[in-house]
Amino acid sequence: MAKLNVNGKTIDIVVADDTPLLWAIREQIGLTGTKYGCGVAQCGACTVHIDGVATRSCALPVSGVTPEQKIVTIEGLSPDGMHAIQQAWIKHEVPQCGFCQSGMIMAAAALLQANPKPSEADIASEMTNICRCGTYNRVKAAILDVAAGGTLGRG
Amino acid sequence: MTVSTQTTSFRPSRRSVLAGSAAATGAFTFGFAIPFGDEAAAQAPNPEINAWVVIQPDDKVVIRIARSEMGQGTLTGLAQLVAEELQCDWSKVTTEYPTPGQNVARNRVWGNFSTGGSRGIRESHEYVRKGGAAARMMLIQAAANEWKVPASECLAENGVITHKASGRSLRYGQVAAAATKVEAPKEVPLKDPKTWTIAGKPLARLDTADKTTGKKIYGMDLKLPGMLNAAIRDCPVFGGKVKSFDAAKIKDMPGVKHVLPVGDSAVTVVAETWWQAKTALDALPIVWDEGQHAKVSSASIAEWLKEGLDAQSAVVGNQNGDVKAAIANAARTVEAVYSYPYQNHACMETMNATALYTPEKCEVWTPTQNGEAALAAASEASGLPVAKCEAYKIDLGGGFGRRGAVHDWVRQVVAIAKQIPGTPVKLIWSREEDMLHGRFHPVTQCKLTGALDKDGNLTGLAMRISGQSIVAGIFPQNIRDGKDPVVFQGLNAPGPEASIGYTIPNLLIDHAMRNPHVPPGFWRGVNLNQNAIYLESFMDELAHAAGKDPLEFRRALMKDHPKHLAVLNAAAERAEWGKPLPAGVFRGICQTMGFGSYVAAVAEVSVSAEGKLKIHRIVAATDCGHAVNPAQIERQVEGSFVYGLSAALHGEITIKDGRVEQENFDTYPVLRMDEMPKVETVIVASGGFWGGVGEPTIAVAAPAVLNAIFAATGKRIRSLPLKNADLKRA
Ligand code: FES
Ligand code: FES
Repeated sequence: MAKLNVNGKTIDIVVADDTPLLWAIREQIGLTGTKYGCGVAQCGACTVHIDGVATRSCALPVSGVTPEQKIVTIEGLSPDGMHAIQQAWIKHEVPQCGFCQSGMIMAAAALLQANPKPSEADIASEMTNICRCGTYNRVKAAILDVAAGGTLGRG
Repeated sequence: MTVSTQTTSFRPSRRSVLAGSAAATGAFTFGFAIPFGDEAAAQAPNPEINAWVVIQPDDKVVIRIARSEMGQGTLTGLAQLVAEELQCDWSKVTTEYPTPGQNVARNRVWGNFSTGGSRGIRESHEYVRKGGAAARMMLIQAAANEWKVPASECLAENGVITHKASGRSLRYGQVAAAATKVEAPKEVPLKDPKTWTIAGKPLARLDTADKTTGKKIYGMDLKLPGMLNAAIRDCPVFGGKVKSFDAAKIKDMPGVKHVLPVGDSAVTVVAETWWQAKTALDALPIVWDEGQHAKVSSASIAEWLKEGLDAQSAVVGNQNGDVKAAIANAARTVEAVYSYPYQNHACMETMNATALYTPEKCEVWTPTQNGEAALAAASEASGLPVAKCEAYKIDLGGGFGRRGAVHDWVRQVVAIAKQIPGTPVKLIWSREEDMLHGRFHPVTQCKLTGALDKDGNLTGLAMRISGQSIVAGIFPQNIRDGKDPVVFQGLNAPGPEASIGYTIPNLLIDHAMRNPHVPPGFWRGVNLNQNAIYLESFMDELAHAAGKDPLEFRRALMKDHPKHLAVLNAAAERAEWGKPLPAGVFRGICQTMGFGSYVAAVAEVSVSAEGKLKIHRIVAATDCGHAVNPAQIERQVEGSFVYGLSAALHGEITIKDGRVEQENFDTYPVLRMDEMPKVETVIVASGGFWGGVGEPTIAVAAPAVLNAIFAATGKRIRSLPLKNADLKRA
């Protein structure tokens, strides 16, 4: 059993304590926007926010999250898909296959929340998610665009 | 059956899932289901003008796409080509995938589904454009019939047909139903690409939005009513078998439903959730019969390939003049041996598929680069004829060649589903399984000998490749007279495909095939990657030996290769080859040709005293003939460099005790943002031919960087990946 606060709703789920948060989100809660890429905190595809901090959910058991902690997944980042980061992602056409992009977007949103004016070096050192399609330069350009516009503030 | 609602984003709606559950015993389909007869098509609410084009009464245009979308933008590019000839309103375009089963049922009206070898556009542009043009002609004819005027007096533009003389006009949606009854034209002329207004333009992709919200459904996300989840473990030693497994040990673990053999080499645990399945599988005692390859190692493979470098017997790929004599008579010879490791595709989304088997029908949902091959695999694995099988394609979380030629995971999921008839089951490979059971970018080594005359001109080149053949591993029936033509990519005699860009008076390029037990696969760029490293690094070695500028040395050999030369010049010019760089930054250059396109690159790197490499910038030039969507080409070039640089810097699968040693991204690192250089793309679209885009530029990433490293350090790296090289100043 676990009680989780996901995207503003408190949800009770029946699950073994040591189940990674990623799989509880995907299989018990049914939100599949958060992806499995490695299971060992290497790739970032499973990134969610926990109290605003980007967290790799594959390496965190549900027992490690309290009912008070606010988990936000890609589905909860904005009500309408129009978070500044999401808009920038569309404008710059960042995604190729898209599989890594939920994690990229969640990592980028948390980065900008913590550091609204990151330098290129900040971005390169903070954004450690893997993208096999090779969208890194577009990711960087989209983040810089949001930072320059100061349009972050929604979601 | 659901109606024609599948859009590019593949969103199984609640309704389609429910429809699926009602039909779970048979006619489950996520895809559209257009009635196939012409008459039925005319009565359908969404008239099919022809196989490629459906126009709805509200003018919405649905363009059918046979190739797979894996991030490369083919979906958008192909739609642009159809829309260009159709002369429709681009803002009203959506796309859908016909299923492989429908293709079979309709006599392969959509042609080849295979999406590999950068073929998505270059091999289907003609018939998809004809599909669009024929549909336009039929729509015009339908309007002309209604107005009782000759079709030649009518014009179609932006989805509207006008008859100028009478000032009348009709929208496509208004005549679509009538157009389905018009006889298809026999002669279908195509537009001159110079007049294109939709194709050739940097239009936005059609499939971006859902990739930013988590809404897009990948194969891994698929959920069918009553579905169970499977995790699998195949014998880690290729060619080994399962001796025994102790299902009793795990059968009471949470959620576990079945513990089953899969073929003779794998075991699966089927559970309520995938995490339960994986957890139980990890606890399952399995005894393997590792078979005859359990002693093979990377070192033993390397020894075997090394022997091939000087072996008597080899198959010739390209030859002219008398290279032996040229070497014997040379003022100076240069010799070098290069080697390239195994590499894994490491698609971001691991292999997965969902299957539902009943004795009457076998259905598979899977991300695949070749829906027809997935269908064939389902048929073979299920034992049911193709007509009783169906494969539904789902957009891929990366393909890179892994999801094309071999559908091993589809065979597995069908073998599992067959043991639990009537229950849908989703098989997901763990990253570890994916890493261990790749179809690997094969190992080769290469020995090169160059002959220079007293003026430093190249008079002869011998190039012996020793190593594994992908074709022998996957399509052995295509090996003729012992020759795998793919091994010679980029080294062929002059011609439209993968030709060498140099005229060398005496040349011999041959291959000693050595096939280790590790299964090879087509890997983005295929053999062009290794061959470009060998030839282009060696050209650099020769230039330095001859005391010449690497660009000038190449140019002197390229007079008869104007397209190769043009991209080389374009890259050199944009990169300002020869002009000074900031202190500590050095350039390297290279060129090659493959997948129908000509490519060249200049890399700028610096290497610190401690040996730390930084790649500052890569300028890439590509001539793919017709550029269907320049914006997507730029993205493909950037992406290809990430793939190519990942391989050059880090990519190495090693073999120990017959099995792969790397299991995840911690031991198989790939390029991340901090290592990513700036990329500038120069598109030299010379027109007149159709070259590929997704792959060719990968091949110039590594040699440009390797040559720049030499310029920076004087160190010639001949063994990849770079992580094993010591770049520290001596
Ligand atoms: S799946 Fe969590 S970091 Fe890769
Ligand atoms: S967009 Fe495909 S892995 Fe990043």
